[in-house]
Amino acid sequence: MEFNEPGKGQQILADTDGNVITQASTSRQRSTVWDFKARGEPFVWSLGAALAIGVLMIVGFVALILYNGILTFYPRPIEVVELRGGDRIAGDLIRSETFLPGTDNVADPDSSAKTIIDNKGLSKRSLLRTGNFDLYNDDFKWVFDDEIVSKHFPKDILFIERLEWGPFIGSAKSMDLNGQIIEGANLSTDGLEKAQDEARSRRLRIYEIERTEIASINHYLEKARLALRKVELRHGLESPEYKAELEKYKAETETLNAQYQELASEAAAIKQMDSRFTVNLEDVNGKPKTLPISQITRLFTPNNLSFTERAWVYLSRWYEFLTQEPREANTEGGVMPAIFGTFCMTVLMALGVAPFGVVAALYLKEYAKQGKLVSLIRICVNNLAGVPSIVYGVFGLGFFAYVLGGSIDQLFYPERLPTPTFGSGGLLWASLTLALLTVPVVIVATEEALAAVPQSMREGSLACGASKWQTIKWIVLPRALPGIMTGLILAMARGAEEVAPLMLVGVVKLAPELPIDSFFPFVHFERSFMHLGFHIFDLGFQSRNSEAAIPMVYVTTLLLITLVFAMNIASIIIRNRLKRKFFTGHF
Amino acid sequence: MSSSVDDQNSTVYHIERGSQGTLMKISDFNLWYGKSQALFSVNMEIERGLVTALIGPSGCGKSTLLRSINRMNDLIDGLTIKGKMTIDDQDIYSSVVDVIALRKVMGMVFQKPNPFPMSIADNVTYPLKVDGVRDRRILNETVEKALKGAALWEEVKDRLKENALGLSGGQQQRLCIARAIAGDPEVLLMDEPCSALDPVATAKIEDLIDALRGKYSIVIVTHNMQQAARVSDNTAFMYLGKLIEYGETSIIFTNPKVDKTMEYVTGRFG
Repeated sequence: MEFNEPGKGQQILADTDGNVITQASTSRQRSTVWDFKARGEPFVWSLGAALAIGVLMIVGFVALILYNGILTFYPRPIEVVELRGGDRIAGDLIRSETFLPGTDNVADPDSSAKTIIDNKGLSKRSLLRTGNFDLYNDDFKWVFDDEIVSKHFPKDILFIERLEWGPFIGSAKSMDLNGQIIEGANLSTDGLEKAQDEARSRRLRIYEIERTEIASINHYLEKARLALRKVELRHGLESPEYKAELEKYKAETETLNAQYQELASEAAAIKQMDSRFTVNLEDVNGKPKTLPISQITRLFTPNNLSFTERAWVYLSRWYEFLTQEPREANTEGGVMPAIFGTFCMTVLMALGVAPFGVVAALYLKEYAKQGKLVSLIRICVNNLAGVPSIVYGVFGLGFFAYVLGGSIDQLFYPERLPTPTFGSGGLLWASLTLALLTVPVVIVATEEALAAVPQSMREGSLACGASKWQTIKWIVLPRALPGIMTGLILAMARGAEEVAPLMLVGVVKLAPELPIDSFFPFVHFERSFMHLGFHIFDLGFQSRNSEAAIPMVYVTTLLLITLVFAMNIASIIIRNRLKRKFFTGHF
Repeated sequence: MSSSVDDQNSTVYHIERGSQGTLMKISDFNLWYGKSQALFSVNMEIERGLVTALIGPSGCGKSTLLRSINRMNDLIDGLTIKGKMTIDDQDIYSSVVDVIALRKVMGMVFQKPNPFPMSIADNVTYPLKVDGVRDRRILNETVEKALKGAALWEEVKDRLKENALGLSGGQQQRLCIARAIAGDPEVLLMDEPCSALDPVATAKIEDLIDALRGKYSIVIVTHNMQQAARVSDNTAFMYLGKLIEYGETSIIFTNPKVDKTMEYVTGRFG
């Protein structure tokens, strides 16, 4: 194809005198067909495809977590299934699947055969959450479709969440309120709820006595014992100081024990009273169950709920999840201690990693003479980021807990030994271990940020007669701050979701106390704590009932991701504010 | 128009003497970046209160010479210096001289405006902050005086608390001049202060330099020969690290004594 447009096929040139001369193109013919290779078209497509796959995986993962996590607490209808043998099963549908039936799955070979053949040898089964673990030793049941005679959704069936044994599904027959029997038509769901409200206040009072008041007496008893032990260690058993202290100790423990007796008897009285309020329940097969009303945490009729009632159940379940302590080997109740532990640990870690990382990077970049040694250190720092996190856990346990913590115990808490105070895993050691794990990220990001500060600004400051330190303090660091924040965000995201090293340095399945409470010194860095990441592991792989744990795994994962997301968003907002301040104008 | 450039170490001098005497003496000054020599035995005197321009083609060492005066070159690794440079008879490169104190008597303005990412007022008072001045009254006075000195006061007096990065390029450069004179220096070093600016902003800076003449001794590096001709009293022409000719600006531009200078100022090369 010949192209005769001037300027394309021909070249217009001007000689030194300015006369335009036209030269016939002697070069090769130019192709006007698209050259895909030259335009890099296949390359662009593969880039797009790679991005699409990445985005798809992330979106898919987040959608899975969101879908399952958000739906978990929604009250589902209860179906009552009548089986061929006359048994009934009540429960909410978890999922259905097709499977290859064996002979033992087929109740009546003759009639079932046709349907199974129609389905190409496959049959269908559904998993129901039946609850009533105390009655049947099972709270999930597979129901085979061809065993089912009939299926219906009774309006009055009750779903009762309890403190123990998981949910109860069935109906209420009568209620015993301290001898006053209510049954038949007089027994309504509203009446039950009212009785439950009263019972809850009794339960909370018992909880308060046992967990707050008696716990505080125990705290003071322990304190008195430690004071005595301290005197013993300092002056010996035979010394007059010890004898005087012993007298004091005896007097103190006597009053405390008297208080304890008083509280214990108050609790016993309330418990005695509480046991007179019971409800008689019956499951769909007529099996009876008597339950103290105070054991009930929530009850509703799932097949007869208006939209607002449904929403109320849903929200109250979330509220319980976010604010309560876990029960039943963590498969029920809430995760408040884990949220609190994760948050405290992440904040402490950020506080630990930020100064170390920034100071190290400042020295490396600004002061150290750039040579082989500095390069070597830089390589080591980068390699540190690739060390398996469990190795950090072992190091944290060995160095922080045993060596550092052990020494602190010897020096400051000798009276508590052999019980370790700082000498075992705890919040402080876990935070420091994670700080160590994430410090390479902060160092690398800070070095990059420092390198990105324009040389002209440093020169401008130096030319004003500022020293190097003043220049760093007033010009370089503020300008590098957004970049440093980015490093810190990455470090926080990495640290908050790390589990493996934590299992060695202070995370436990169930922490009896929060790291912050009302006893001096209020913040207890030495205490072990709960962590959402470990909670997920524990629920998913260590719990008795894996089927019951699945929804909790999703909800906890959702919560952990949300928490990390929220912390990141907060830091990003701070960073963007800084950026706006430093990066506007003409350059 | 008779001397030859082939003679290695001969510089032709015909400088205009200021009424306030000589401020700086540079004698036999040599400078190496690592192994390559950038300045060859430069000898020159800078007159107090006058504007001295350094001209020459790219890479001739004029910026290097300027940055040697306030020892900004100290930041560069592998720098070697031989020779002497004195200001008020004090050796700049003596081991007892405090670099920081030295830089405080020399304000510097750079090629690209480099205001700090802080408010206009804070930019101007930065040299005072460095000195530890905290007195609000003094700081406010300095801001007004320096901004008026840099002919920027009228434009920014209502937004002193705003970020300096919001100013236009020309305003930013005048702010940098204000910053340079806020510390009350004796010398102003300007490294191609107008190369990043448009003609209007350039004209303003040139007027400003003219206004500052006499108050400060100004050394200006420029690529723009008209600018050198307009603003300077003395002009030094450098070529390949050597000082070729140093003298009265009017003579350099109309009737230079060295052929090489003539070729450069008439645009034959460079």
